Amino acid sequence: MDNQVIYLLFILALSIFLGFEIISKVPSTLHTPLMSGSNAISGITLVGAIIAAGTSGGDQTTLILATLAVTFATINVVGGYMVTDRMLGMFKKKGSGGNK
Amino acid sequence: MNAGLIELSYIVAAILFIFGLKMMSSPATARKGNFVSFVGMLIAIVATFLYLPQLAEAKLGTVTDLHYDWIAYGMIAGTIIGLLAARLIAMTSMPEMVALLNGFGGISSLLVGWAVYQYDVVATIAIKNSTSADTLTLATIFLSVLIGGVTFSGSLIAWAKLKEVIGGKPTVFPGQHILNILLVAGAVTCAVMITKDPTADIANYLFWGAIGISVVLGVFAVIPIGGADMPVVISLMNSYSGLAACAAGFVVKNNILIVSGALVGASGVILTVIMCKAMNRSLSNVLFSGFGGASSSGGKAVEGEAKAASPEDAYYVLESASSVVFVPGYGLAVAQAQHVARELGELLEENGAEVSYAIHPVAGRMPGHMNVLLAEANVSYDQLIEMDDINPNIENIDVAIVVGANDVVNPAARDDETSPIYGMPIINVDKARTVYVLKRGMGMGFAGIQNPLFFKENTRMIFGDAKGTIQSLVDEFKN
Repeated sequence: MDNQVIYLLFILALSIFLGFEIISKVPSTLHTPLMSGSNAISGITLVGAIIAAGTSGGDQTTLILATLAVTFATINVVGGYMVTDRMLGMFKKKGSGGNK
Repeated sequence: MNAGLIELSYIVAAILFIFGLKMMSSPATARKGNFVSFVGMLIAIVATFLYLPQLAEAKLGTVTDLHYDWIAYGMIAGTIIGLLAARLIAMTSMPEMVALLNGFGGISSLLVGWAVYQYDVVATIAIKNSTSADTLTLATIFLSVLIGGVTFSGSLIAWAKLKEVIGGKPTVFPGQHILNILLVAGAVTCAVMITKDPTADIANYLFWGAIGISVVLGVFAVIPIGGADMPVVISLMNSYSGLAACAAGFVVKNNILIVSGALVGASGVILTVIMCKAMNRSLSNVLFSGFGGASSSGGKAVEGEAKAASPEDAYYVLESASSVVFVPGYGLAVAQAQHVARELGELLEENGAEVSYAIHPVAGRMPGHMNVLLAEANVSYDQLIEMDDINPNIENIDVAIVVGANDVVNPAARDDETSPIYGMPIINVDKARTVYVLKRGMGMGFAGIQNPLFFKENTRMIFGDAKGTIQSLVDEFKN
């Protein structure tokens, strides 16, 4: 295994622990927005899809596959963030202002 | 742009994701947190565009065409679909939406893996008769495709079950587990054979075979799981979509994918564990047992008679109550009763009662489902009480109104060791002074067992549509 893979595995391990730490503090009231919000984050595959499309050179099949990946990942990102925002906009405390 | 700067912007993006998730720990900051996370996403995307020329040069030798147009078309199409879906979806359909989004995350990871395979293996071999992909890259491509495929088809089945396109009942057949094991073995065999000799003629077929197997596996993984266990499935698929992104990160050797994928993976795992604990069942029990398929035979027979009450009877009790707690379940969503419930809650408050909404972790079809519905109906979030916070005080509650919940308030889970749901934590509504259960009839809950709550001395059943019943209570108060 080359150094880069070791480095990536290192990042993976730390991120998993960090994820457990942060997420376990989210109250169950917010579990649905947490899911849709983290779902939007998993749309980060978009970065991978852009790289795959941009480095596909002259290979048409690769380009088509990667573009499809771009489309699905974008739905994930845009849909995920928007719907989370819409949901969280509804969580209001009494007396904290009108309906937005 | 300098590669160091790019890596730096990825770090910034990762920090923003982490802060965004951290701000989700309170309803007061959650919306800003979501925006912070969105900014992180934008930074990562812009940085990637700036990085493309270098990546292309490193990979292809020359920079001729970066296909910005194709990428733009894909992103525009995705944005339009995403925007429309996010705006048009009804809050009661949120579980379906999240299931679909999980699935899209999965398919995009599958496609990234496939695209890299197509270029590094198929196209490269066609030109040079050898491949640039090393064993490790091939292995991560397989992971990306397998996890992505399972997430995709599994989420679609979950979506179909939630939407009731297909029945919510678990589909179980003999030899199911053996078939699943064979499928996994088949996928691994394909992976190993391609990795050994990617130049073999058969390699492409094996790859397509692996894709097919992963999709079939996702279907078989979810069909034996019943509709009311969907909170676990969605959580698990959420986790898988993160892991798939992680695997795709190893394929394109990109750290931001790995960090984000791991965060999402961890998030999904935590939610899965919480859901399983809230049902006192192991993950393997949820995934493999076909729970809820037939009416279970365990549990003591319940003696006594359920006493029915009319909304008018309930009105007189509610009018003199000084504390009222609503306990919603999936039936609230089905009856769309969240708005009238809030209206009744407000009337009770004007009448001087303290009103809260106690929510069991697995109430509804996804984690937090009831909270979102009540928030939509304008219930203040400090009135949404978790199970562990309501139970110690429940003896002091005058009236508990159970709206479309059943198993999560079944005292057998606490008292009857022979009950199939024994040990599952419940909201102890039976300890409240008076309990009203709003229900269509005496039918059993998802677990298919009797609920002794209905026969308790302090319980009254109000039969009928929950929305209609609450509406008539509201009318009583207004007159």
